[in-house]
Amino acid sequence: MDALDLARWQFGVTTVYHFLFVPLTIGLGIFVAGLQTAWHRTGKEHYLRLTKFFGKLFLINFAMGVVTGIVQEFQFGMNWSEYSTFVGDVFGAPLAMEALLAFFMESTFLGLWIFGWERLPKRVHLACIWAAAIGSNLSAYFILAANAWMKHPVGYEVVDGKARMTDLWAVLTNSTALAQVPHVIGAAFIVAGGFVLAVCGYWMLRTRAPMWRGAARAALVMTAIAGAVVAGTGDSSARLMYEQQPMKLAAAEGLEHDTASAPFSVAPGIEIPGVLSFLSTHDPKAVVQGTEDLQRRFERRFGPGDYRPDQPVVFWSFRVMIGFGLATVGLSVLGLWLTRRRRPFPEPLSRALLLALPLPLLAVIAGWLLSEIGRQPWTVAGELLTASSVSPGVSLAEVATSLTVFTLLYGGLAVAEAVLLTRHVRKGAEEPEPAPEPERLEPSLMY
Amino acid sequence: MIDLWFVIIAFLWTGYFVLEGFDFGVGMLAPLVGRDPAGRRQSLQTIGPVWDGNEVWLITAVGAMFAAFPAWYAGLFSTYYLPVALVLVGLIVRGVGLEWRGKVTDPRWCDLGIVVGSALPAFLWGAIFAGLVFGGLPAALVGGAFSLAVCALHGAVFLALRTTGPVRRRARAAALTAGAVAVPAGALALSALGTFPALAAMAALAAATALSWRRREGWAFAATAGAIVLTSLAVFMELRGRPLPGLTLAEAASGAYTLTVLSWIGLITLPFVLVYQGWTYWVFRRRVRSAPVA
Repeated sequence: MDALDLARWQFGVTTVYHFLFVPLTIGLGIFVAGLQTAWHRTGKEHYLRLTKFFGKLFLINFAMGVVTGIVQEFQFGMNWSEYSTFVGDVFGAPLAMEALLAFFMESTFLGLWIFGWERLPKRVHLACIWAAAIGSNLSAYFILAANAWMKHPVGYEVVDGKARMTDLWAVLTNSTALAQVPHVIGAAFIVAGGFVLAVCGYWMLRTRAPMWRGAARAALVMTAIAGAVVAGTGDSSARLMYEQQPMKLAAAEGLEHDTASAPFSVAPGIEIPGVLSFLSTHDPKAVVQGTEDLQRRFERRFGPGDYRPDQPVVFWSFRVMIGFGLATVGLSVLGLWLTRRRRPFPEPLSRALLLALPLPLLAVIAGWLLSEIGRQPWTVAGELLTASSVSPGVSLAEVATSLTVFTLLYGGLAVAEAVLLTRHVRKGAEEPEPAPEPERLEPSLMY
Repeated sequence: MIDLWFVIIAFLWTGYFVLEGFDFGVGMLAPLVGRDPAGRRQSLQTIGPVWDGNEVWLITAVGAMFAAFPAWYAGLFSTYYLPVALVLVGLIVRGVGLEWRGKVTDPRWCDLGIVVGSALPAFLWGAIFAGLVFGGLPAALVGGAFSLAVCALHGAVFLALRTTGPVRRRARAAALTAGAVAVPAGALALSALGTFPALAAMAALAAATALSWRRREGWAFAATAGAIVLTSLAVFMELRGRPLPGLTLAEAASGAYTLTVLSWIGLITLPFVLVYQGWTYWVFRRRVRSAPVA
């Protein structure tokens, strides 16, 4: 165990943890904005109740997304100073744009929305939640463009051992980014849809109030549409991976040697012939490169070293991502069918909806493990190795300290967040207005 | 272009210190000035709608440093590794405390998080920048104590300006106490810099304390804000020649293409940000009263 290993663990732990909250922020923000728009358009009171109810859950979650996100921005400099110095010219630009174009908008307008219920004209107040929600989605675009550059660097040249940006437009329209952005944002909407479905499922098992059915139907539609987007962009991602990151594709399939008509293995031993070739190129006969043959080619090109990522992790995370993701989308399509034309939600369906909370979360975590562990041993594919990216001046003891502190703090906050969310879900949205306790009177502090 | 970007980054950090400075002060002082639940809530409500937007100044300053001076960004945060990690811990517990406070049954844990999470970064930013300019632990401790006291003063003056009733009265008393610490700490920290803005900052601090005494709350706030701007100016003037030991700005800078592109983006977006953030302060311009009894 050295400082490099711990720095990698810290990055993994803090990033995966951060991404438990991000998809909910991205998807739920738009959902809440939609609910408030429905209230604005129809004037029906239950839309307002749902807006406030899901708005509160959104805010509890939003806080965690923000504070764990700050860590990310500093961590590149703290633990990966060699990486930061190498890539800053290119990688820093989308980060700076994210702050200027997205974060200011998100946080400022969310502040206005939270405290502006009584103070702003209704229409302006509605615009605030939309601005905040759009800000969250914009920020996802910029950070994913930066991330895509690590896997498929474009629009740069290396001068004096540093990457120099030559074309910002190329960085922002990187083919990898254009496939990844809708894929990840779509996945975020599945997570958020799943969250709403689980909450509605919980309440539909307890009450017949029609409002929960309406919210659940909306979430089913959102999840199903997002599922189509994720599946479609997953397909284009697979083809890009074949061209740009053949090692990741080979590791994800456990394919050791270059193979024509390569099979897709559902699990080790169960293979469907030709499917991998088809997924990679839309030609079932195409040759897909294998890890061992790629290793030899990489050694010839980059010198001695092991260029294979952790194969079992990549293999299984790929399957968990697809399996759990498809299960959630399948559940939403089934739900739409079962509740078609005003049919009520059958009890087993409401019960199954509770699964829509954990399943997509596990799928997105697995997706990130596939994406980032599959990129190893590189931080910037073909340009910079992870081992050469770490901060040389930061000691093992320092990283061990920060890793311990962050892990304990994050663990504690996860428990607190779960308790808080559960309590507010249980409270429900039945009360038209906040409970009239003196402690709760100031409406602006409720949200 | 390199100079322009140094100025932009100094501007962003300065904006952050001025805006989040009073957030930190309010966060630290809320239990003292607030006393009872209603008073604490009233105190924290003064920053409720704005603190998150203020914090984005930090995110932007750091993002701009990463993009424009990668080696400076990387060197700064890896050199001050543990202090920066502690700043992050502070910002985490403070942010969560502020957002969750109104949603828990017993806000005491949140209040603790807000106090610790405000005091810790307020101290550490001063310590980090003092360490950067002067080097050595004693300088860092003095710098930290100074910035802690200045944030407390800035926050107290802000509270006095933005509240009514007993909270306003106690905020004034807190401002005088914080001023009594900040002025001598400033004399020590700023005279070591010795440049004109540093000396002007000392004068502004003394003026802020005197204005609080005379109950000129608006002017006192202008004076504390001015003191922070001048201090930040003095610090960045020192850093211009040597942003980190053994590093010059030219060595740390990104290429001309990146800096040009970023300049255009900044030029187009920053005015919008300033306008809508300013509008937030306008919307919530009225003094915060204690929660009315129904």
